[in-house]
Amino acid sequence: MLEISNLACSRGDHRLFSGLSFALHPGQIMQIQGANGSGKTSLLRTLCGFIIPDEGTISWCGENVRDMGEEYFARMMYLGHLNAIKDELSALENLLISAALSGVELKEADAILALRRMGLKGRERLPAKVLSQGQQRRVALARLLVSNAKLWILDEPLAALDVKAVALIQELIAEHLTQQGMVIFTTHQPLDVAGMEMRSLSLS
Amino acid sequence: MNKLTQLLILIVRRDLVLAMRRRADVLTTLIFFVMVVSLFPLGVGPEMDMLRKMAPGVLWVAALLASMLSLGRLFSADYLDGTLEQMLLAPQSLSVLVLGKMISHWMVSGLPLVLMTPVLGLQFDMSVQAIGVLMLSLLLGTPILSMVGAIGAALTLGLRGGGVLLSLLVLPLCIPVLIFGTGAVQAVSGGLSVSSHLSLLGALLVLALAFTPWVTAQALRISME
Amino acid sequence: MAINWFKYSAPTTFYPLAGKLIPWFAVSAAILFAAGLYIGFVVAPADATQGEFYRIIFIHVPASIISMFLYLVMAGYAALGLIFNTRLSSMMASAVAPTGALFAFISLWTGALWGKPMWGAWWVWDARMTSELILLFLYLGFIALHASIEDPRRADRAAALLAIVGSVNVPIIYFSVKWWNTLHQGSTIKYSGTSMHIAMQQAMFIMMAACWLYAIAITLMRVRSIILERERNSKWVAQLIEVKS
Repeated sequence: MLEISNLACSRGDHRLFSGLSFALHPGQIMQIQGANGSGKTSLLRTLCGFIIPDEGTISWCGENVRDMGEEYFARMMYLGHLNAIKDELSALENLLISAALSGVELKEADAILALRRMGLKGRERLPAKVLSQGQQRRVALARLLVSNAKLWILDEPLAALDVKAVALIQELIAEHLTQQGMVIFTTHQPLDVAGMEMRSLSLS
Repeated sequence: MNKLTQLLILIVRRDLVLAMRRRADVLTTLIFFVMVVSLFPLGVGPEMDMLRKMAPGVLWVAALLASMLSLGRLFSADYLDGTLEQMLLAPQSLSVLVLGKMISHWMVSGLPLVLMTPVLGLQFDMSVQAIGVLMLSLLLGTPILSMVGAIGAALTLGLRGGGVLLSLLVLPLCIPVLIFGTGAVQAVSGGLSVSSHLSLLGALLVLALAFTPWVTAQALRISME
Repeated sequence: MAINWFKYSAPTTFYPLAGKLIPWFAVSAAILFAAGLYIGFVVAPADATQGEFYRIIFIHVPASIISMFLYLVMAGYAALGLIFNTRLSSMMASAVAPTGALFAFISLWTGALWGKPMWGAWWVWDARMTSELILLFLYLGFIALHASIEDPRRADRAAALLAIVGSVNVPIIYFSVKWWNTLHQGSTIKYSGTSMHIAMQQAMFIMMAACWLYAIAITLMRVRSIILERERNSKWVAQLIEVKS
């Protein structure tokens, strides 16, 4: 369970948000809403521990995440604006390395299966630089398939994706939630997850 | 095999593969080194006596500058494409990960300089013995440059004009390495024992190995905020 | 009586306190400078071997010593700011840096002025002078890194880490430079201090105190302007008389 209490964050002189409190329980999904520059990305990056909040605490199952360190990182996964894809490596190599980095032991056959499910059949061994924007995003999203993190933090996961891929992501999120996972995300496109109550948080 | 060793090998292998697929970067550093060293005789004149005396200093300073040049790339590519974010979120020791990057950086930018040294030493008419000691001192010293430099690279990540700033921060910190490295060669040319110089370099290497990965990891966390 | 030190670690309370202290430090620094220079340049006798030239040490030695101490002071404040996340400590660190750099520069300048009549060269690669030059580089690195990061919090933290690494490195640098210097049998500046006249000792001591008081006064002045700049959007700054008028 992720608990946020009285969180405040600022960039430079500008206070983005303050007094933010909420809790996210297993099986729940939450969308962060707000205009451009309202601090959605900063909130997600604070949840990842990149940004130290001005005030307030973030705790995981009652323990402050700053004290948990690497143990917290093992329970969460973050997908930001940047794909973390190396142009020089093939889609397969990219997936295998990012899985190994996040501490997941992944066999090549499973990695290929994951890439195929993301609609990259036949492109597994092509260098990422020849893939299109959307295809690169799919390679990044394939990490969701092989990760065993409880908490997904997704910043604009649907950017650059076509209708088919969006449907696939919705399916993945639904699967994750039924397995007692948690998702917190931002998006500018509609995202519907069948049979789940979507909580939302507005930053202004 | 230990999990941390596995991580270390993974990072080193990944960076080496990336470097092999982007060979031009490696070659530029090496060519820069050769060029800077070759410019000195043109600047000071071809008297062999003087060149022989200057050689260790010239090669060491050139190696220092060449490694500054390549340090800018140590984290910047991973920073720009988001891989660094993922590395910071890896549920494994960030220090080990950083150490892996330092090792691969040295293998790509430090080791070639060491291997190139005999050829350049001959240009300066150095004795075989002096060349041997010079290579040994570079072998011990260039990893320290990569490791201390990594702190600077992490602190200046994403800054405008980061390259020049990086040199400004790191070069003063590298002075002891320069002194002991060149001192060893001068000692052997003067018929003295080199063991004290080399063991001091070795001590610095051990110190750097013990502290710089952790410090660099902290610097990366500061820079990613 | 127990003093609540934490009360003064908040910029809000430190700002007026510093304002009250500055005149005291500044005035006593000025008086001591005048007294020290008078004793050093008028009262103290000429040196047996170095004649009148030696008098530059009344500026050179305090400046060198203080430039080195200030680096440790700066690194100490920076470390406090990094570990305890106290804003004032980080501001103090960046306020100390320019003064430290200035003293390092004065030390080099006066060293050159002293070297010319002594060895006939403006610059000799003496171990102390070389270390002082490297110290100046370290100060400049700190200032340059702080200046090139826009976000003040990241700037504070990054510069703090650099200062700590630098202060760990300073002894190694000093040792290596000394080693290098003895190997090359370079010249070493020696004070003919065996029979230092009592007036010389007094002048040196007074100049040292004056430099310290000056450093404190100027640092407090600088930290006040840093506080104003960083907290310009807060209510208490808007209510200050000097800001309103």
